[in-house]
Amino acid sequence: MASILAVDDSASMRQMVSFALKNAGHNVVEAVDGVDGLKAAKANKVNLVITDVNMPNMDGIALIKELRNLPDYKFTPILMLTTESAPHKKQEGKEAGATGWIVKPFDPDQLLATINKVLG
Amino acid sequence: MAIDITQFHETFFEESFEGLDIMESGLLNLDIGAADNDTVNAIFRAAHSIKGGSATFGFSEVAEFTHGMETLLDEMRDGSRDVTQESVDTLLQSVDCLREMLGASRDKTPIDLERAEALKKELEKILSSDNNSIKSPSENDESKNTAPASESSGRDGWEIKFKPYHDMLRTGNDPVRMFRELAELGDLSVEIDISQLPALEDLDPEESYLSWKLTLKADVEKEKVKEIFEWVEDECDIEFNELSAATDKADNPANVMATATTAPPQTTDNSKKTAAPKKAATSTDSASIRVSIDKVDALINMVGELVITQSMIGQLDCDLDEFDNNRMEKLRDGLTLLERNTRELQESVMRIRMLPISFAFNRFPRMVHDLCQKLNKKIELKTTGEQTELDKTVMEKIGDPLVHLVRNSIDHGIEMPEERVAADKPETGIIELNAFHKGGNIIIEIKDDGAGFNKERIKAKAVERGLISSDEQLSDEKIYDLLFQPGFSTAEQLSDISGRGVGMDVVRRNIRELGGNIDVSSEMGKGTTFTIRLPLTLAILDGQLVCVGSEIYITPLVSIVESLQIKKEFVNNIAGQTELYKVRDDYIPIVRMHNIFGIDAEQKNLEGGLLVIVEGDGKKAGLLVDDLLGQQQVVIKSLETNYKRVDGVSGATILGDGTVALILDVDGLIELSRNPPTSGNTSTNQVREVA
Repeated sequence: MASILAVDDSASMRQMVSFALKNAGHNVVEAVDGVDGLKAAKANKVNLVITDVNMPNMDGIALIKELRNLPDYKFTPILMLTTESAPHKKQEGKEAGATGWIVKPFDPDQLLATINKVLG
Repeated sequence: MAIDITQFHETFFEESFEGLDIMESGLLNLDIGAADNDTVNAIFRAAHSIKGGSATFGFSEVAEFTHGMETLLDEMRDGSRDVTQESVDTLLQSVDCLREMLGASRDKTPIDLERAEALKKELEKILSSDNNSIKSPSENDESKNTAPASESSGRDGWEIKFKPYHDMLRTGNDPVRMFRELAELGDLSVEIDISQLPALEDLDPEESYLSWKLTLKADVEKEKVKEIFEWVEDECDIEFNELSAATDKADNPANVMATATTAPPQTTDNSKKTAAPKKAATSTDSASIRVSIDKVDALINMVGELVITQSMIGQLDCDLDEFDNNRMEKLRDGLTLLERNTRELQESVMRIRMLPISFAFNRFPRMVHDLCQKLNKKIELKTTGEQTELDKTVMEKIGDPLVHLVRNSIDHGIEMPEERVAADKPETGIIELNAFHKGGNIIIEIKDDGAGFNKERIKAKAVERGLISSDEQLSDEKIYDLLFQPGFSTAEQLSDISGRGVGMDVVRRNIRELGGNIDVSSEMGKGTTFTIRLPLTLAILDGQLVCVGSEIYITPLVSIVESLQIKKEFVNNIAGQTELYKVRDDYIPIVRMHNIFGIDAEQKNLEGGLLVIVEGDGKKAGLLVDDLLGQQQVVIKSLETNYKRVDGVSGATILGDGTVALILDVDGLIELSRNPPTSGNTSTNQVREVA
């Protein structure tokens, strides 16, 4: 069981991700944007961060950069949720320090398969 | 274990409709040619979320349609495309179309794909126009994706040379994870090269110094193997060599880098998707409400205090035989606390139903924009007090009357630009929507600086319709009251926007049904103001309990002006029928409650009786009652739902002792006292039976 931070401004995506993860026995911390996510990451040491890219206030790329600057999150896996139509975002995310990505649309099973790989 | 994703549909629709509102108001606020970046970003994000959500939750037509909008917005966002009126208009229409598509998806009705197709073509036309010649990145990417070389079978496996760069670990990628995944594909042997490993004192544990030769014995496609290294392809040197008899088709790293992920293909088969109703979907028409955490926290806090109070009182009951004064005191304290808790709890719960009136105001910028284009008028819409909160039910019911009034202002109130200039007014007319709290009410004003009402014309029309006689002298108030008569319209020509003569009477009826009222004030050439007064909530009422005979009635506190003891010398009789009571300079008709409700009262003589002076709909009346009891908040129970509508009564409630009391409808009572029903008091008698 891992502790996972899910950051997404869309309530339905957040709900789905969170539900799938909880269903698989993980602890989930939810956040609605980058600023909220950063705060949550500082307050809870999580084993994995899943973040959307396009968000108000602080986007996913900026969040990844901030997280990588925190000693606690230097090596923590960070996955971004990105759409197929935004390949440049993957590149940007990688440069910011993302571990990898999950391409939208995905279903809960695909999500779990991917995070299981990362969590080992 | 498969998860039923239909359970997230409701949230998805809710947030999508919110997103559409954001898009719409954002698009309306965009300045052509000099668009504000934040606004474009917000619009883009909303479209992006709807696309992502609709693709995820299986609404592929919606996703596909939104894709075009998103692409256009993305180009606007990164500055490669100008914001033109054409594109904004097309996007606005797309927002409407999307709203319909989402509505149809939610209600599981067929989607109007024709309109979507037409708009999609328009979006494509804009996208392919000159402004930017660069193809959108997505298209570039897709062409890349669609070229996976199909590998011939018959290989033994793959030899992978994997040399991570020093900083690969910093992205949280662990080589062991990839090896584990590889091992799932087949028999894997791993050879490690530690030649680059520095002496211990020089070693930085955060860096990677190792490289590997991996031999995978499995007949799998190269794509499969490459996919495992997809996330790190830019952070390592990697070679894939096919293990077969002779040829070593070395793959140079540059090639690997160019390959992107291949996502599952999106289905584009529209008919199949819409035709199959999703059985698992639960009913989505249950109305839901979004509540801010603050309100819920306040509620939880309140419940916490209630529990404390309960335990405080609970401690007292240990031995009733020894119930002394000291305990009595504590019990009384406890009950006082309980009363306070209950009241606060009730207020907190009520607050949950309250929404900012911006929910009702939000549709107007679009409406003003569209109608202005249609009518060639110039109108600026100003709103204040959008955060004023109002009960959700009141909000829903006030929407249509507001639309009607604003339409009227646009269509008939504000003049054409040239007329305005000729009248020495600024070319652009102003419509103001203001909301604020006043007393226990919320006031909504719809104000325009247009032509104002022509009182003579209203009168002439009323005479023509036979509503008044031609020589009748009318106060301003009475004249404006004519506007609310059924079938009355002053517009010279009927337009398809308003002025069909239906409406104003319906507007007033709707507002009255909500327990509110509407006033007009107007000045020729200067403009018109409609003022709507609404109760904050429909569920609870502050009432004054009055006693008539053996019955208890509740008078809404808001309508009580004062209560006084009748002095004979101030009572006047007119034509032996109506009794008037002189209060200062006012003559107020006396309403004998026992007569109206046909019951026996103790106090039938006016002398020494109690008169509760009430005001409703601009008129005052004095209610003759036996006694004034306490004041309290009562929960309104509908009489219509449980019985039927009764004149003079707006509802009922249950009192502390369990008896039913009727809540007086002050406007109705005044009306009733002026025009008593001819067939006796049957209806009210029936109510008494119920009560």
